[in-house]
Amino acid sequence: MTQAQLQETAHIPTLREEPGDRKWWEFFTFSTDHKVIGIQYLVTSFIFYCIGGVMADLVRTELRTPDIDFVTPEVYNSLFTLHATIMIFLWIVPAGAGFANYLIPLMIGARDMAFPRLNAVAFWMIPPAGVLLTLSLAVGDAPDAGWTSYPPLSLVTGQVGEAIWITSVLLLGTSSILGAINFLVTILKMRVPGMGVHQMPLFCWAMLATSALVLVSTPVLSGALILLAFDLLAGTTFFNPTGGGDPVVYQHMFWFYSHPAVYIMILPFFGAISEILPVHARKPIFGYKAIAYSSLAISFLGLIVWAHHMFTSGIPGWLRMFFMITTMIIAVPTGIKIFGWLATIWGGKISLNSPMIFAMGFLGTFVIGGISGVMLASVPFDIHVHDTYFVVAHLHYVLFGGSVLGIFAAIYHWFPKMTGRMINEFWGKVHAVLTIVGLNMTFLPMHKLGMMGMNRRIAQYDPKFTSLNEICTYGSYILAISTLPFIINAVWSWLYGPKAANNPWRGLTLEWMTTSPPAIENFEKLPVLTTGPYDYGVSEKIVDVNKVLSIKLDEPYPTIESNV
Amino acid sequence: MKIPSSIWTLLIGIVLTLASLWYGQNHGLLPTAASDEAVLIDGLFNAMMTVSMSIFLIVEGVLVYSIFKYRRRAGDNEDGPPIEGNVPLEILWTAIPAIIVIGISVYSFDVYNEIGGFNPHAAHEAAIMQESISMPGTAIAVTLSDTPGSTEQNLNQEKSDEAMQDPSTAAVPNPDTPQMHNRSGVGSVAPTLGASREKEGEASQLVVNVSALQYAWIFTYPDTGVTTGELHVPIGREVQMNMTANDVIHAFWIPEFRLKQDVIPGRQTEIRFTPKTPGDYSLICAELCGPYHGAMRTQVVVESQPAFDSWMQEQLVASKDTLNQAVSINPADNMSVDEFLAPYSKYMGIHPEMLHQVHH
Repeated sequence: MTQAQLQETAHIPTLREEPGDRKWWEFFTFSTDHKVIGIQYLVTSFIFYCIGGVMADLVRTELRTPDIDFVTPEVYNSLFTLHATIMIFLWIVPAGAGFANYLIPLMIGARDMAFPRLNAVAFWMIPPAGVLLTLSLAVGDAPDAGWTSYPPLSLVTGQVGEAIWITSVLLLGTSSILGAINFLVTILKMRVPGMGVHQMPLFCWAMLATSALVLVSTPVLSGALILLAFDLLAGTTFFNPTGGGDPVVYQHMFWFYSHPAVYIMILPFFGAISEILPVHARKPIFGYKAIAYSSLAISFLGLIVWAHHMFTSGIPGWLRMFFMITTMIIAVPTGIKIFGWLATIWGGKISLNSPMIFAMGFLGTFVIGGISGVMLASVPFDIHVHDTYFVVAHLHYVLFGGSVLGIFAAIYHWFPKMTGRMINEFWGKVHAVLTIVGLNMTFLPMHKLGMMGMNRRIAQYDPKFTSLNEICTYGSYILAISTLPFIINAVWSWLYGPKAANNPWRGLTLEWMTTSPPAIENFEKLPVLTTGPYDYGVSEKIVDVNKVLSIKLDEPYPTIESNV
Repeated sequence: MKIPSSIWTLLIGIVLTLASLWYGQNHGLLPTAASDEAVLIDGLFNAMMTVSMSIFLIVEGVLVYSIFKYRRRAGDNEDGPPIEGNVPLEILWTAIPAIIVIGISVYSFDVYNEIGGFNPHAAHEAAIMQESISMPGTAIAVTLSDTPGSTEQNLNQEKSDEAMQDPSTAAVPNPDTPQMHNRSGVGSVAPTLGASREKEGEASQLVVNVSALQYAWIFTYPDTGVTTGELHVPIGREVQMNMTANDVIHAFWIPEFRLKQDVIPGRQTEIRFTPKTPGDYSLICAELCGPYHGAMRTQVVVESQPAFDSWMQEQLVASKDTLNQAVSINPADNMSVDEFLAPYSKYMGIHPEMLHQVHH
């Protein structure tokens, strides 16, 4: 059965007029449609990406010269505090939630999420929290104790700013928890009849792992922040040493969330990359089960590595060794994924279009972040580079080279599905190349800076580091410029781009089996799973739809070659 | 003649190994190694760099090769071969990273042990020196805890002071915050880096008490009672730093020593090292401590024993002079230093709030 035929059997009236068309203003309302919410998440988070990006460029401008000559040190501290908070809580995490919202119901053949209203509530917590945080800069008392907000420093800097920071992070954390409950229930309970867990697209596996992690770890951050708020506003001394509190306990509670947060930020895009590579390389994903279960392994291991952020905080030697070994072990499931992806493109027929350039850029830069991560896990070396630019380089290779390139790959890949229009390829490629060049120029020299002795979160530095810092700063300007072609291209293509076919990439997952953009209830008729999600190049078979439908969940299909 | 792929693999493997080995030794990414510990840590880093380089080259090589070799040709709309996996290959690339990280872990464990990570309290006898109490700066800090208003006995504070060992660096209680009395676990000594393995059980040869505050480092040498703003250490003698912070968390970092330790208010952290190479280095605060965090640095001078001794002698003379001046302005001879300073001490201690206001 060819792709076209398959699609016809999946839903025969493909091009029937919608009874209700989507109105543009619905995107500004409390809509309960997962597709609207998904786009709301993505657009909102992209706006905050731009705000956070401007802050990053202001920070880099200050760091172009060794002296304090651009902003005051207080404003500088607020800038990097807000930059980190915004990029983490208002860009990467909600962008992941946005894709999950948009794609999970489509990929598993559901009509919506399990709890549509909860879904809308989760989204609408984000804009007020983000606006609050951004406006704190205008009020003049922005948080400036770093995104880690370690007491006692966070208790003695601006009280208003710190209170704003705590409030907005609590709101964003709650939003994240509500979203995670929704994703878990949707993935576990709303799959189309006939889709066992092993027929699920890998993006759903990744979101399963992510959501579990969010549910376990985020409440601990909320607890820490509530206690910190008591210390700040009510004069308690949970973390304040002057009253017998212990600041290191805060660090434990903070990192119990904030290390898993790294996986919360990267796992969804591991999932997205696992979707994108097979489609554009025209080959099945290499080792479906290995990639699926390595997500779960990362999720579990992610919970027991937090204290590697505290190797210099004075924790006992055996604890440092424990966290060193667990951290090192995470390299194994991550390696499985990277090698699986490389094997997927090996021998394929790679279309070098924008989603694929971003996806391959992801592979090439994420691996650098992974390698420096293993180095950082090693306690003796970490003692040297902890809190230096080496760590800054590492985290940006993981979060920019990993998550952000993953986000862009996913945007280009699903843009035709989301908007019903094709995005301009030429400007997409320009965006991809500028981003990859800019990010390496910005973050690669930071490895050396850190090892040579430049510490983090400083507005002034030793003049011997000037030339490397200049390279980083110019790289960050390239990154800033790189978003312009994207913004113009996305807006223009959304309005005037050529109409997209239902399945422009000839993908096999269910979201491509409906119209572009999908109908309001996703599928006119529930799709029937007649092929595995990645059965590219598998010889055609005549599929008896009724035979497929009568099969029990979790039993292997007669039609699916995946050997799963 | 066509070269078989096994030969190609072998050749690429050899080139890759050589390139990685060369880069692992010649990366030029680390500053001078100025302590015995730095040499061990550099060895570990070089080994990790070698392995990392080969993984990096393999991954990027495969990517670049695929882009050229497996690019879709125009007009080719076929799918690639339906290869869904290969169990032996997957086991191989699970096992190799596992072996690599186990190897790095064992090596790291060994280095950590060598630099004294498992032996934090091997020598822990430094007592309160009588001389240090007679120091001008220290007197202020000591009386501060006894200023009127806190006459009530506070076991917590006593335990905390006890742990601090050095009165000049004892935590300054914040009068605005209610003191929590007699809570357990306060004033502990955080275990950190102790004696290196061959020096286990021996007392370290030079003890320096370190006090960190927004944005300065204060060093006290309990053997002589000298207090300075820059750190001088002799070559080849093991130095122990007993550190605490007066306000927020700071971190003690000397890049050339490759050692870092957070300096935490309310507890004492320690670090031991043996300086090796003479020179002037920077001591940098590596934990965000406020707007001027970037300015919180001082000089570390590693010098020969005679040079160190003569420097110490100069400091002794200088500090004795200031002490005499301080006493000479004391109008009432019958008052003790504590009584004399009590009314002022409240305003002379360094409070985070005060500094905060100064900066705003």
